[in-house]
Amino acid sequence: MEYGFTTAAYVVAAVLFIQSLGGLSGQESAKRAVWYGIVGMALAVLATLYGPGAGNWLISLVMIVIGGAIGWVVAQRVQMTEMPQLVAAMHSLVGLAAVLIGFNTHIEMIRLAGMDEATRHALTGFAAVIAHKTPVEINILRVETFLGIFIGAVTFTGSIIAFGKLAGKVDGKAKKLPGGHVLNAAAAIISLVMLFFYLSSGSTLAIVIMTLAALFIGYHLIMGIGGADMPVVVSMLNSYSGWAAAAIGFSLSNDLLIVVGALVGSSGAILSYIMCKAMNRSFISVILGGFGGTTGPAMAVEGEQVAIDTEGVAAALNDADSVIIVPGYGMAVAQAQGAVSELTRKLRAAGKEVRFAIHPVAGRLPGHMNVLLAEAKVPYDIVLEMDEINDDFPNTDVVIVIGSNDIVNPAAQEDPNSPIAGMPVLEVWKAKQVFVSKRGQGTGYSGIENPLFYKDNTRMYYGDAKDSINKLLPLIN
Amino acid sequence: MLIGSPRERLEGEARVAMTPDSATQLQKLGYQCVIESGAGKSAGFSDDLYRAAGVTVVDTADALYAQADVIAKVRPPLADEVSKLAPGKTLISFFYPAQNKDLLEQAKSTGANVIAMDMVPRISRAQKMDALSSMANIAGYRAVIEAGNNFGRFFTGQVTAAGKIPPAKVLVIGAGVAGLAAVGTSVSLGAITYAFDVRPEVAEQIESMGANFVFLDFAGPAQDGAATGGYAAPSSPEFREAQLKKFREIAPDIDIVITTALIPGRDAPKLWLADMVAMMKPGSVIVDLAAERGGNCDLTVPDQKIVSDNGVTVIGYTDFPSRMAAQSSTLYSTNIRHMMTDLTPKKDGALFHNMEDDVIRGATVTYQGEITYPPPPPKIQAIAAQKPKEKAKELTPEEKRAAEAAAFKAQTKQQVGLLVIGGALILLAGLFAPASFMSHFIVFVLACFVGFQVIWNVSHSLHTPLMAVTNAISSIIILGALMQIGSGSWLVMLLGAVSVFMAGINIFGGFMVTRRMLAMFQKS
Repeated sequence: MEYGFTTAAYVVAAVLFIQSLGGLSGQESAKRAVWYGIVGMALAVLATLYGPGAGNWLISLVMIVIGGAIGWVVAQRVQMTEMPQLVAAMHSLVGLAAVLIGFNTHIEMIRLAGMDEATRHALTGFAAVIAHKTPVEINILRVETFLGIFIGAVTFTGSIIAFGKLAGKVDGKAKKLPGGHVLNAAAAIISLVMLFFYLSSGSTLAIVIMTLAALFIGYHLIMGIGGADMPVVVSMLNSYSGWAAAAIGFSLSNDLLIVVGALVGSSGAILSYIMCKAMNRSFISVILGGFGGTTGPAMAVEGEQVAIDTEGVAAALNDADSVIIVPGYGMAVAQAQGAVSELTRKLRAAGKEVRFAIHPVAGRLPGHMNVLLAEAKVPYDIVLEMDEINDDFPNTDVVIVIGSNDIVNPAAQEDPNSPIAGMPVLEVWKAKQVFVSKRGQGTGYSGIENPLFYKDNTRMYYGDAKDSINKLLPLIN
Repeated sequence: MLIGSPRERLEGEARVAMTPDSATQLQKLGYQCVIESGAGKSAGFSDDLYRAAGVTVVDTADALYAQADVIAKVRPPLADEVSKLAPGKTLISFFYPAQNKDLLEQAKSTGANVIAMDMVPRISRAQKMDALSSMANIAGYRAVIEAGNNFGRFFTGQVTAAGKIPPAKVLVIGAGVAGLAAVGTSVSLGAITYAFDVRPEVAEQIESMGANFVFLDFAGPAQDGAATGGYAAPSSPEFREAQLKKFREIAPDIDIVITTALIPGRDAPKLWLADMVAMMKPGSVIVDLAAERGGNCDLTVPDQKIVSDNGVTVIGYTDFPSRMAAQSSTLYSTNIRHMMTDLTPKKDGALFHNMEDDVIRGATVTYQGEITYPPPPPKIQAIAAQKPKEKAKELTPEEKRAAEAAAFKAQTKQQVGLLVIGGALILLAGLFAPASFMSHFIVFVLACFVGFQVIWNVSHSLHTPLMAVTNAISSIIILGALMQIGSGSWLVMLLGAVSVFMAGINIFGGFMVTRRMLAMFQKS
């Protein structure tokens, strides 16, 4: 009776989760979709607590309440610009949880092995599930547990590094220990060997060694990926955390875990794929570490970056009929979205056409810019994607590039030796005039020189993005 | 060090190489400035203005040459000016070393260093000192103004109470800097403007200025400007024939022709022949900016304005920039100032002649008693090689249908293939794995499939909320911990509790953040 109820609740929860993901196809339905997810999660947790196998209600509830309170507070306090870090940090929690749960399964297995037949039959809950398994099923269980721990561990360290890179606590440049991918491969082989060792012996040592190897892989893999690729990495880690949940679901014979894990895993994988496609990079080359594989020296950029002052920009904006704003990570860093929104409002009030061009990989998360602009109350129907707006640049009077670099780099089209050659970029240089708001003359996250800054119709508007835009505001009429 | 500019000796030359403004800038580089009395007079800069800018005014050229370490002037020096140079002095001016071999020899024998402004390589970094371009820009503008001056009609078409006036038709031949400047001026005056150039890649530039590119239907290989540093190269006889044919076709309609076609190191090509002039309407105007090098038009007489038998005015002036001396002096002196900036890397008023620098090396024609012309090719190419453009083929309806059918077939093939392989793998797994595993496995595969289908529809702008939601949902792993927490072992319980705790953070944090994000999306 109890078991039947739990399963029914799981089915409802699974449907709610699917609805929740599917609802994200539109801005309005998305608001509803979150509630589906919340209700689904609540249902799943309650049903599990109520259902067979659960015990220690008290500890569970206390832990959920404490954890929930922390999560609530953090989520309330975090700045919208710190979103990428937060998401990465939270992935690491899921990864670690997966590792711990996997270890638990292993511990239970050892404990059970030591029991005699009579005690086994007296067991209840999770232990009983394991106790009734045939030898073949035990072997499968071991593989599942092993996989769960492995993926969880990779997710854990990987997410921590991704968090560090996004938060600026770890250097964003792609770094590798001497040996490079050989080290990763070696760690992976060790893990594989440990799998067979574990299958035959069930030894704790094997699983510990594998965990260490997986932790190393997570660390080293993400260290080797440059900051510009972080959007892909975050979504990839998202996918991993899903697969880890699915593997744990197998080991615990819990269908809801499997369903949701698979949902998350596949959605993360597709998201990574979509993003790689947007950057014209193969998924493999991103995962195997940052930019690389160029065949010749990059084209040298010659010329001068010509600066312009606030009055100059304001005059051009006042004269312009159509303006396109291209925001990038720099806008997020400077928290300039509010100022940009105000500028947009003023320009629109003056009867000018203002639109935003968003590159698929602008910022450090997919859709990062959309979130920031939405926060600043920029209407989302003037925020356009690259494909929608790229043909309009030649007819545009003024383009303002705010803190983006690689996504407007003409080298992607002009220089076959550039590391980003072939990546689709916003063709801002085709506009009549381009203003680049930028803090200094340095290169972008990827460290590539940007010939756009040297073009004849480009003027550099140096300074902190927020200050610069704020200074512009009074001059617009 | 001392930098000085003498008065230009050439008859009719009104420009000056140093303006009060540029002198102020040069002083910031650490130089002291001197100028020969009256040097800026024709350009509108009086001696007093120079004095106000802190420039020492000296009475004679001899005094100036004796004092100054760096001499900046406009025109190539005359023989007696060169004789005033001495070792250690640097002369910066137009020099045209290819045409002025004797002068070059003479300059070498004085031991002075000579930097020729006309030899500045055409790379982006050197654009700020590209005096040829800044002078050509003026020439192009002035050419249209001169043409208008000699043309008896409006440029714009107008319909007035006193009758209808047709718009003037202007043809610009050669779309270099001068040509493009002429195009821009002509368009803004309201004329219907056509432009022609042998380099097909400039069509885009011409159209961007608002003129029509005269398209030549020629099958042979097109010129690539990149190979010659952005300049035109001589064309094949066949190409030339096709070109002249086209010109003959349009000549009767054209009111104003501005020719700017030059090929580096050669006489100007004859492009507007006598018969074309004869075809033009009386009152039409031809301005030949290539007059100095022989002219693009058969009838051109350098430095003169003539009228042909059928009443077409042919202007062959060679001093267009000088006719706008104030403007051209300002631009040229800025070019000089940029050159000095590059020559003074430390801004300490001491000249550092760095022969390793591509730009300085390229422009230097004599250095320490040696002739250094011609320079080695610069290390970097001026312009990226033109990529061959592929025209998208117009597909006929049948071809389109065939392509669609083929795509459909390929898609079907791919899908069926994936299904077969996937199905086979699952069947294979089913052969070995126990039934209890398979029941979970089916759930897993279906969930993956649902995930794939659902996510494709998620709109691009919602990818971040999607990630936050999936992150929140991935804390479903809490179920595993909840199931284990009831175990008898204290270790399992402890680890389980930690997992529940962490998942709890994730559930609340994830959903909370997602809600915050979505709450912000609004329609205008």
